[in-house]
Amino acid sequence: MKKTLLYLLTGIVFGIIMYKSEAASWFRIFEMFNFQSFHMYGIIGSALLLGVIGVQLIKRNKLKSFFGKNIQFTSKNKSFSRYMYGGIIFGLGWALAGACPGPIFVLIGAGFLPVLVVLLGALLGTYLYGLLRDKLPH
Amino acid sequence: MEWILEPWPWYVAGPLLAGIMFALIFLEKQFGVSANFRTMCAIGGAGKKVKFFDFDWRAQRWNLLVVGGALIGGLVAANFMSNSTAVDIAPEMVSILENYGLNSAGDAYLPTELFGMEAFGDIKSLAILLVGGLLIGFGTRYAGGCTSGHAISGLSNLQFPSLLAVIGFFIGGLAMVHLIFPLIF
Repeated sequence: MKKTLLYLLTGIVFGIIMYKSEAASWFRIFEMFNFQSFHMYGIIGSALLLGVIGVQLIKRNKLKSFFGKNIQFTSKNKSFSRYMYGGIIFGLGWALAGACPGPIFVLIGAGFLPVLVVLLGALLGTYLYGLLRDKLPH
Repeated sequence: MEWILEPWPWYVAGPLLAGIMFALIFLEKQFGVSANFRTMCAIGGAGKKVKFFDFDWRAQRWNLLVVGGALIGGLVAANFMSNSTAVDIAPEMVSILENYGLNSAGDAYLPTELFGMEAFGDIKSLAILLVGGLLIGFGTRYAGGCTSGHAISGLSNLQFPSLLAVIGFFIGGLAMVHLIFPLIF
């Protein structure tokens, strides 16, 4: 029960950040891919800078989780094709719909109901990937 | 407290986002939103037909709570924490978008032509939303993550595959905005 509330609360704060920073705005994504504003780069860059420092601190000091366990970081499998091809396909969708997966949920909550069509598409796309997975280069 | 109602600057949002990632790390989870699409397919019964969706989705319940929270966060932020919905993008962008017929640029949070209720009655808008979603769903699962899983979590852990994915995100995004937008708008 306590954990349920913690995950929900983390999500609520995440949703508020995405909406209030306008990272969930189609216009900001369009502007980002036109290199006309530092805003989105500042958000991702500062999150990343603190992320890299924090992960290093956790690893070097062998910090424990809230539940007292060692924190494990899993490495991604090595590959070129899946990350590059998959990344390009996602990038096309990110720019077209103007939303990455997080903002899809944020925007539905904010009341933009046509985003439900984007969610439907994303579920269909995921299903399609599952169907074709064995035929794709990974 | 007035600043809360204004759009938040990048130097507030970026560090807070890093905080979200660390909160999940200390809860023994990895920040990644797009994995939920797979979970939702599994809940819908896709595992009966496709092996990729045949897994115990209950272990992913925590992540569904995170996106459920994100939905609530969007509702709260839009209705109780904002005094204006206009996104103040660069003036050059407004004129390009007006040429595309997206006249809400500079005045709205999202283009009303694509995300207002009128979109439900317009085949072209619906097609853009559906195809955009298809590419997002297919691409994120193929790449094994999205902006949160690769650009934030993966790069924070200095994962080279995540760098490849992020380069891919930008190749795709730039191609869409500069090569395909002039054809469809």
